[in-house]
Amino acid sequence: MLDLEAMNNPFGDSKVVSNCSIFGMMEMSGQPVEGGSVVEAISNMKERSNGLGAGFAVYGCYPEHQDDYALHVMYDSEEGKELTESRLSQTFEIVGKGEIPTEPNGTMGPAPLLWRYFLVPRNCTTDESALVADEVSRINDGIKDAFVFSAAKNMGVFKGIGYPRDLAEFYRLREYRGYIWLAHGRFPTNTMAWWGGAHPFSMLDWTVVHNGEISSYGTNRRFVETYGYRCSFLTDTEVVAYAIDLLVRVHGLPLELAAQVLAPPLWDQIDVMDPGRAALYRSLRSTYAGLLLNGPFSVIVAREGEMVGLTDRIRLRPLTAGIAGDRLYLSSEEAPLRLVDDDLTRVWSPQGGVPIVGRLGEGVSYDYP
Amino acid sequence: MLRTQLLPDFSIERDDSRCIRCQVCVRQCGFDVHRYDEDRDIILSDESKCAGCQRCAVLCPTSALTISPNRSSYAANSNWTRERISDLKRQAESGGVLLTGCGNDKGYPVYWDHLVLNASQVTNPSIDPLREPMELRTYLGRKPRKVEIANAEECQRDPLIKIETPLVFSALSYGAISAQAQESLARAAKQCGTLFNSGEGGLPRRLRKFKDNVIVQCASGRFGVEPEYLSNSAMIEIKIGQGAKPGIGGHLPGEKVSKKISSTRKIPLGTDALSPAPQHDIYSIEDLRTLIFALKEATNYEKPISVKIAAVHNAPAIASGIVRAGADVVAIDGLRGGTGAAPKAIRDNVGIPIEMALASVDKRLRDERIRNECSIMAAGGFRCSADVVKAIALGADAVYLGTAALVAMGCTLCQKCYTGICNWGICTTDPYLSKRVNPDVASQRLISLLQAWSLEIKEMLGGMGINAVESLRGNRDQLRAVRLSDWELDVLGVRGAGR
Repeated sequence: MLDLEAMNNPFGDSKVVSNCSIFGMMEMSGQPVEGGSVVEAISNMKERSNGLGAGFAVYGCYPEHQDDYALHVMYDSEEGKELTESRLSQTFEIVGKGEIPTEPNGTMGPAPLLWRYFLVPRNCTTDESALVADEVSRINDGIKDAFVFSAAKNMGVFKGIGYPRDLAEFYRLREYRGYIWLAHGRFPTNTMAWWGGAHPFSMLDWTVVHNGEISSYGTNRRFVETYGYRCSFLTDTEVVAYAIDLLVRVHGLPLELAAQVLAPPLWDQIDVMDPGRAALYRSLRSTYAGLLLNGPFSVIVAREGEMVGLTDRIRLRPLTAGIAGDRLYLSSEEAPLRLVDDDLTRVWSPQGGVPIVGRLGEGVSYDYP
Repeated sequence: MLRTQLLPDFSIERDDSRCIRCQVCVRQCGFDVHRYDEDRDIILSDESKCAGCQRCAVLCPTSALTISPNRSSYAANSNWTRERISDLKRQAESGGVLLTGCGNDKGYPVYWDHLVLNASQVTNPSIDPLREPMELRTYLGRKPRKVEIANAEECQRDPLIKIETPLVFSALSYGAISAQAQESLARAAKQCGTLFNSGEGGLPRRLRKFKDNVIVQCASGRFGVEPEYLSNSAMIEIKIGQGAKPGIGGHLPGEKVSKKISSTRKIPLGTDALSPAPQHDIYSIEDLRTLIFALKEATNYEKPISVKIAAVHNAPAIASGIVRAGADVVAIDGLRGGTGAAPKAIRDNVGIPIEMALASVDKRLRDERIRNECSIMAAGGFRCSADVVKAIALGADAVYLGTAALVAMGCTLCQKCYTGICNWGICTTDPYLSKRVNPDVASQRLISLLQAWSLEIKEMLGGMGINAVESLRGNRDQLRAVRLSDWELDVLGVRGAGR
């Protein structure tokens, strides 16, 4: 990996802080759509970012390689590239490879080398996703000058230094189609701008865009560490990603309930639930006490077929939801929704702690589970 | 008997223009310091007996009395201080082990005073507890590693105990303290939705109605331990050690073993109640496991089992063993923990500060990935709500309050608990003295204390932008240190201020 300590946390702070704009769009029919409106929407919230990071995640963007793992990698040197490729070819068959098409527009600083690979695991007898996660961390921890910033099937993260519109143009996003688009404009306050530090943060097919500063970070980080995660970015977004991975992928909770761990109902509310439900919520809250995200946040999390938006339980950060036909929007502000879609049938501010979940082919659920 | 060479510890000044000879001081002093001389119509005071408990000064209706440290002094000497010289003379006169009460009063560093808290500014908002919900509820006990949603109740097999504030009354046994004082603790715990600890002296039948709020102790003397005692409890605590006297047992003299105490402790009237230093069926961690599961079997696995140890050098390894042995709660009692009686040499020299023990135990359990399998309770000289907040940030689930509760009831830390005489009626079984604690009044004072601290804890949490106490637990990012060296920062896992 690139020197995380120096790049990501140059001042040696206990935590890397940033605030931002977030936007998500999901076409719940699964129909891939262009992202032009997403770029317009996130750019409409330019004041919420400061040019030190922006990015997009697109689900369904590689239909011709939908069964292969798409790896997006940034390199600081040719040597890093050679080492990474020889490492990859040991574990995977590389069925596609090339530079990520870009169009430098002069408004941004120098970019790293950006490559993508389509991979099929060789002789994988165990859990494929665990193998991929393992390989990614091996490259990120072990190879200087290389950083994998997305690794999932039919999904890609495109991010770097600049404002959201700069990055969209740079990565030629108008050429991609997807059924989920996440977008992020970053306002970091204590990190050097480096391409890998931009968001969305991705882990396997999870991507997270997040706005907030979690006061419980120390507790949350220590909790996920006792389950084997290693927090190297020291950001809230990273810890949210690990928390959700633990709850949903490892412990098998549905997203709605995972959201109830991150932003649980008050004890007073749990006390008056019917006994069975109260027992479940009491168990969730006492067992996963260390995963309660305390302090202001709004977050959009996506994985294949699902997108969820959530704010902290007393709603200290904004999140607006909107529905237009099969389309679900989640946004830091309402104005971008009004800007990009004239067919909205419902626009609302979700209650704190109530997850808004969009599911492929199922529509939206927006109530306490 | 030879006249003692000791200087009195206190001076007694009586403003004769204020004294109305009402003799309140005479009646209030269990040490017989004051005496009314009818012939001369004056009150005489024997300073050598004075403990400095201030009972007479507080109750004097005309504020005629001032009790202050005795000004007489030996030649100034940094090594041979007045305390050292007095102790030597006391031992030369008695030939015995010096006894004392309350917690370590020596000037060891109090790390709470070297830790400062964080508050939110700009990038995240602070929360006003008067406007927003603020949750202090905590569940003590062993949690599963994961929740199976298909069967959530089944997956939380181990019992959890709910407390509405992370403040629990420490072990104070009947016999060491009066029945009235114990009842006051019980009533306050019930009212505040928290727990009190019976200590090792059994639980008087009268207090069985507080079964949902009592932690019953099973200590080396096994006083009063019988099936009904164990089952009438919220939690059972195996007492291995006590912060004030690690490695030392206890001794309640026969004169204090009255009829009621004899029936509660299940020992013959007037016999000494001896608590051996070790539990004689626990000479190893596997023996501890046997006792933990014997108690679980005896109570149908319905009670969490706590194991209380004194904070000593290898506390982290011991705590890890305790959790692996099956305990649901680890209680750690630090260097400044109180006692009703302990050898002074032990109280003042054995053990480590609770801050260090707590931080290292929490870290070890996290490193071993078993932190979530138990709760940690910290004890030993918590003086104010800020100490509690800092302890939770270091990793405690809840905090035991002993000395603070005693002070709320009236105690002034005169350290004479071991004499059996307590002018405030707390640490005594003398019926004349103990009726000075009125449970109606004392329980209200305790309730007020818990309420005040809880409110202050909420204010501090809100300032940090946190609205549930579990988000502070182990959140050392909220702490910074001042005036500590590198090794201390390292053990506490805290950065220096400004970093």
